Amino acid sequence: MTTPDYRLSQLETLEAESIHMIREVVAELERPVLLFSGGKDSIVMLELARKAFAPARIPFPVMHVDTGLNFPDVLEFRDRRVAELGVHLIVASVPEAIARGTVREEPNGSRNRIQTPVLLDAVEKHGFTALFGGARRDEDKARAKERVFSFRDEFGQWDPKNQRPELWDLYNGRIHLGESIRVFPLSNWTELDIWQYIAVENIAIPPLYLAQERDVVERQGMLYAVNEFITPREGEQVRRETVRYRTVGDANLTAAVLSTATTVDDVIAEISVTRMTERGATRGDDKVSDAAMEDRKKEGYF
Amino acid sequence: MAAENTEHAARKDILRIATAGSVDDGKSTLIGRLLYDSKAVFEDQYEAVERASVGGDYVNLALLTDGLRAEREQGITIDVAYRYFATPRRTFIMADTPGHVQYTRNMVTGASTADLAIVLVDARKGMLEQSRRHAFLASLLRVPHLVVAVNKMDLVDWSEATYEAIRDEFTSFAAKLNVPDLTVIPISALHGDNVVTRSTNSPWYDGPSLLHHLEHVHVASDRNLVDTRFPVQYVIRPQSDDYHDYRGYAGTVASGVFRPGDEVQVLPSGLTTTIAAIDGPRGPVDEAFAPMSVTIRLTDDLDVSRGDLICRPANAPHVTQDLDAMVSWMSDEPLRPGQRIAVKHTTRSVRAVVKELQYRLDVNTLHRHTDADGLGLNDIGRVRLRTTQPLFVDDYARNRVTGRFILIDEATNATVGAGMLTPTS
Repeated sequence: MTTPDYRLSQLETLEAESIHMIREVVAELERPVLLFSGGKDSIVMLELARKAFAPARIPFPVMHVDTGLNFPDVLEFRDRRVAELGVHLIVASVPEAIARGTVREEPNGSRNRIQTPVLLDAVEKHGFTALFGGARRDEDKARAKERVFSFRDEFGQWDPKNQRPELWDLYNGRIHLGESIRVFPLSNWTELDIWQYIAVENIAIPPLYLAQERDVVERQGMLYAVNEFITPREGEQVRRETVRYRTVGDANLTAAVLSTATTVDDVIAEISVTRMTERGATRGDDKVSDAAMEDRKKEGYF
Repeated sequence: MAAENTEHAARKDILRIATAGSVDDGKSTLIGRLLYDSKAVFEDQYEAVERASVGGDYVNLALLTDGLRAEREQGITIDVAYRYFATPRRTFIMADTPGHVQYTRNMVTGASTADLAIVLVDARKGMLEQSRRHAFLASLLRVPHLVVAVNKMDLVDWSEATYEAIRDEFTSFAAKLNVPDLTVIPISALHGDNVVTRSTNSPWYDGPSLLHHLEHVHVASDRNLVDTRFPVQYVIRPQSDDYHDYRGYAGTVASGVFRPGDEVQVLPSGLTTTIAAIDGPRGPVDEAFAPMSVTIRLTDDLDVSRGDLICRPANAPHVTQDLDAMVSWMSDEPLRPGQRIAVKHTTRSVRAVVKELQYRLDVNTLHRHTDADGLGLNDIGRVRLRTTQPLFVDDYARNRVTGRFILIDEATNATVGAGMLTPTS
């Protein structure tokens, strides 16, 4: 892909930058872990980690904060990918934490917020000092202001007013005991970059990212496929639509979008002309307030 | 953004932009305009802004760039925000930084990675102290391309004379700063004149629109392809049956071009060997150049570890424990001579002592205060450091990668300064 004028394409540039970040973490921090959900962003992040250390194995485990509300497709994909790469998977279970009484179910059924204490407990239990997350800066305005190496105190909290200056690619991974760093290797990738990379590199993804006919119900203008977590409520009409998922969150809260895209290239063509943000189009949980993400991050969310 | 295929995207390149300015200069409006007119703004974002734009005749595009709760509450920009937009020609990463003097450290942060800096000037006010400071910081960080956007031209009735006066004043100032490439564009961010397309309001202006300039500015020649520098980041040893003898030195090429068969030297040992192979993300490659992340395998089994540097024997960096640098200080606790501090330079971390503060620079007047006894938050000065171990360095003017370092407070672990190496006096 290189050209005679020693220029890298945008995807090659982003790839090189991300690999640099991932290697830097492993060189400077003792116990990293990569947060892997089986969603497209964490799939790309895991692929970059593989490339960063090839032909050696990825030198850290992966962790999934399992809300118990996952699409079965995605869990199956997660387990298969982890087995292929020979990496160790740690599952931090929200349902188990609910059963133990360490967190309590929220009245609206969203487990988005209660993931955070489960994540923090797992970090403490395993002594992780660095957590790779697949968040991108184009996703949300709070994320647009976050560093690549995002310092967290002993409670996992993000302090947006007191972030470490981050210059060039000289990342500061120094911490005291109990503190940690969240690292976002995909910071500078956009949704379109992720899809183009999946296409160019021929990376496998769970099938629900491609369009299929599904039974759906409409809630607040969004289409939810009927599944084990979403049953039609009184007065809701079930209809048959061809839809795909643009993001993969909890199955009870993630909406699908109308689509005819049956290949990754089709998805790219659709995304190139879409006029809605990824989270705005598909996440019931982000509509709470203007600063929903900022507030969750301060509490230690991804 | 128009629909585009993957092949095309694979050929596009990235331009990194830093903008500095305050709300008063119309910076947020300009960025909002660029995002909106290049269709990087989505409907749900635009509707939210429309709802929030109470009063006034037009949608307040500046709201598109609001970030944190505290910033919205106080109506100010505190920190660097990164924004992304693209045209069919190029992808842009924009570091949007606040303009006031108390946020100099944020401006330095945003400019550190930039290929191009945009300085905003209010046409009614002309070149202010603040505009000089922004241009100086861009030149200090060696941002290769500078654009002065003379904004609010509509409020001076598109006066050619006003534009020319600002252009001439800035050009003579930039000459003193060694700015290699300066472009001055008359715009109205509010109405979109000369932002994306050329405006009919300025028939006397025959230069490009801002976006056209951003799409076409030539950045390939900004990189250093001469000085071969490869800081070793991590040693890859699979220790598996398939790769029993594999030992690779992973890192990011800082500058120069590396090829299998090249004779190379490893610092600090000074031993020479040849490159056996270079592995890229998709397997072996014929050559590696900045900013590729690769793994270099050497012919001989040498003792090489993180922080070492691979170069050509005939073109090696300076090996030194004495650093002369311009330092941008970023902490409330001042930098003082005699202080001990940690230095991170490429992949090498060492300790150092501040030997001397030669002067503090007034970033507005460029006056050198040689009687300064310390550098406070947002101060910039020339400092001499002595490190516990040698570093492999070049002047920042020649090599932005091996000429830079950060300073870390050993007690708090905070990043407290940024350094740009200057020739030793």
